[in-house]
Amino acid sequence: MTTIAAVAPAAKPLKRRRSLARDRRWALIFSYFFLILFAIFFLAPPYYMVVTSLKTNREMVEITSNPWLIMQGFTLEHYKNLIENTDFLIFFKNTIIVTLCVVAITMVISVLAAFSLSRMRFFGSTAIATGVFLTYLIPDSLLFIPLFQVVKSFGLLNNYWGMVLVYPTLTVPFCTWIMIGYFTSIPKELDEAALIDGAGYMQILLRIFIPVAFPGIIAAMIFAFTVSWAAFIYPMAFLYRSDQLVLTVGTVTSLVRADVFQWGSLMAGALLAAAPPLVIYAFLMDYYIAGLTSGATKG
Amino acid sequence: MAEVSLNNIIKRYGEVIAVRGINLNVADKEFVVLVGPSGCGKTTTLRMIAGLEEISEGEISIGGEVVNDVPPKDRDIAMVFQNYALYPHMTVAANMSFGLKLRRFPKAEIKARVERAAQILDITDLLERRPKQLSGGQRQRVAMGRAIVRNPKVFLFDEPLSNLDAKLRVQMRTEIKRVHQKVKTTTIYVTHDQIEAMTLADRVVVMNDGRIEQVGTPHELYHSPRTRFVAGFIGSPAMNFLPCKVERNGAGLVLNLAENLSFPMPADLSARYGKAVGKPMIFGLRPEHITEPRGGAPGEKSEFTANLDVVEPMGMETMVFFRIEGTEVCGRVEPTSAGGPGQPMRLRANLNHMHLIDPATNLAL
Repeated sequence: MTTIAAVAPAAKPLKRRRSLARDRRWALIFSYFFLILFAIFFLAPPYYMVVTSLKTNREMVEITSNPWLIMQGFTLEHYKNLIENTDFLIFFKNTIIVTLCVVAITMVISVLAAFSLSRMRFFGSTAIATGVFLTYLIPDSLLFIPLFQVVKSFGLLNNYWGMVLVYPTLTVPFCTWIMIGYFTSIPKELDEAALIDGAGYMQILLRIFIPVAFPGIIAAMIFAFTVSWAAFIYPMAFLYRSDQLVLTVGTVTSLVRADVFQWGSLMAGALLAAAPPLVIYAFLMDYYIAGLTSGATKG
Repeated sequence: MAEVSLNNIIKRYGEVIAVRGINLNVADKEFVVLVGPSGCGKTTTLRMIAGLEEISEGEISIGGEVVNDVPPKDRDIAMVFQNYALYPHMTVAANMSFGLKLRRFPKAEIKARVERAAQILDITDLLERRPKQLSGGQRQRVAMGRAIVRNPKVFLFDEPLSNLDAKLRVQMRTEIKRVHQKVKTTTIYVTHDQIEAMTLADRVVVMNDGRIEQVGTPHELYHSPRTRFVAGFIGSPAMNFLPCKVERNGAGLVLNLAENLSFPMPADLSARYGKAVGKPMIFGLRPEHITEPRGGAPGEKSEFTANLDVVEPMGMETMVFFRIEGTEVCGRVEPTSAGGPGQPMRLRANLNHMHLIDPATNLAL
């Protein structure tokens, strides 16, 4: 004979609770509100650049005109001025050469470094891995004076190949760090299986790790590309002849003469300079996100 | 010829000793299972055979050749891992042929070997798929296929079924046994599951705390365990252990389990257990040897009445749990004969299958 039923307390009436669907609706409303706010915040400057680059100089300086709208007709004169009267195309070419070389050098160094630091355990490997990341924390504004001496001693002052030498100091540490994270997320059994299958370390890297960690490699490449494309302090300090300049510094030095700012052409130059990273981001965004969030979701 | 022999193998990680001097000879074409609880050193031993861990002391030889300093790829072994370790960016066929390509086998032979292995494992339809398109069981088959195509001297399995659900595990167990019967290759298999060990092995190696407790056929381990650990580890539910005293009674021996519970020992065991007289001992009896009285005369001397604590019907049999002097004891009875919890039940201990263990040494007498 059991008495459990007799002593069980009477069930309390359920409190009315907010439904999951209503919670979700409010969460979505908040999300959209803030997302739209941030989108406006971040898209306003590029929009302003587009509008300014297409305005006539007259409209730009008119105090009564609306800076966000084009009221007196479009013009492409700023783009024409940029291409015909400055060395913009040379800057563009120099930037492409420097960036491609930097990306290639960075990826070779950081993939090899990350593989050895994450997989070939050796004395001090953890300390070195931390050290690599710490070097990333040193701001480039602190480094450019000693690097000036280095670049000068190589005879590369005022030569864009000097940038190929110094930019990797910015890109290699972070890319190595991204790749270490990615390689570490690859199960250890995978390289052990490959070792037993007869692969050497280089084969494991080339035939297993690089294909498996491809999203991470793309993420690192995009980072190296962006840093190299947008670097300002180093070219500012090390380059001053027009045929050696890169986009960031070249555009500014050609279009800002003392206190005369050619705003239209500056905006046109900035837009054209921003186009390649934009295109690359658009195509590789999925890989980039997968690469940066690899640690969060991969077991 | 591919015997594997381990001579006094020791593995140290700094101060910690994971494997404490293992001696084992695995014959050609033999299926040996290393079994033991987590941390007993079984996987470390397997990894040392594979060449994935360095050996601190001792000697391992494969096919008569000492391989201590031979890299894994030159040991002519193949290994199947617990988490499959398939290359995620390659198709099943590419996974299986990777090792052969690295060894520069002719294309035609690679194709033939992959097809043959796929037929053995019934994965011919999956050859063009990638690992993430496969179920757990299919992945494990591919991992086995990758081992088979190499036609190595030794197969090493590191808990290959642990990631599968219970039903699939039973299926794959049979599959592994079938494959071994077809592809007669020396196999060393690591598991913590004693049922897997018993069903697969020609010989089972029970390990504990970095040492081998006993090596023997499944039958030997089950019926003649040499230590208390083996007696308790092999068999499910585990063997019952009770403190006891053995006393002499005329020509025979009597087993005292409690104040009011003593059984005369079968005559043929008296000689064997004579030296236990007067010493505290551990009495061991498997649950299947504690049953309802079957056929024996009522009032037989090894019958007793127990108050059941828990009754677990399993379908074809029922587990009954009761206590003797505070120690829980399990019996296996006919489903129809078991009463409910709290009720007394007449039970019979079949002492012909009893074990006596010396608590000082933990060795069976």
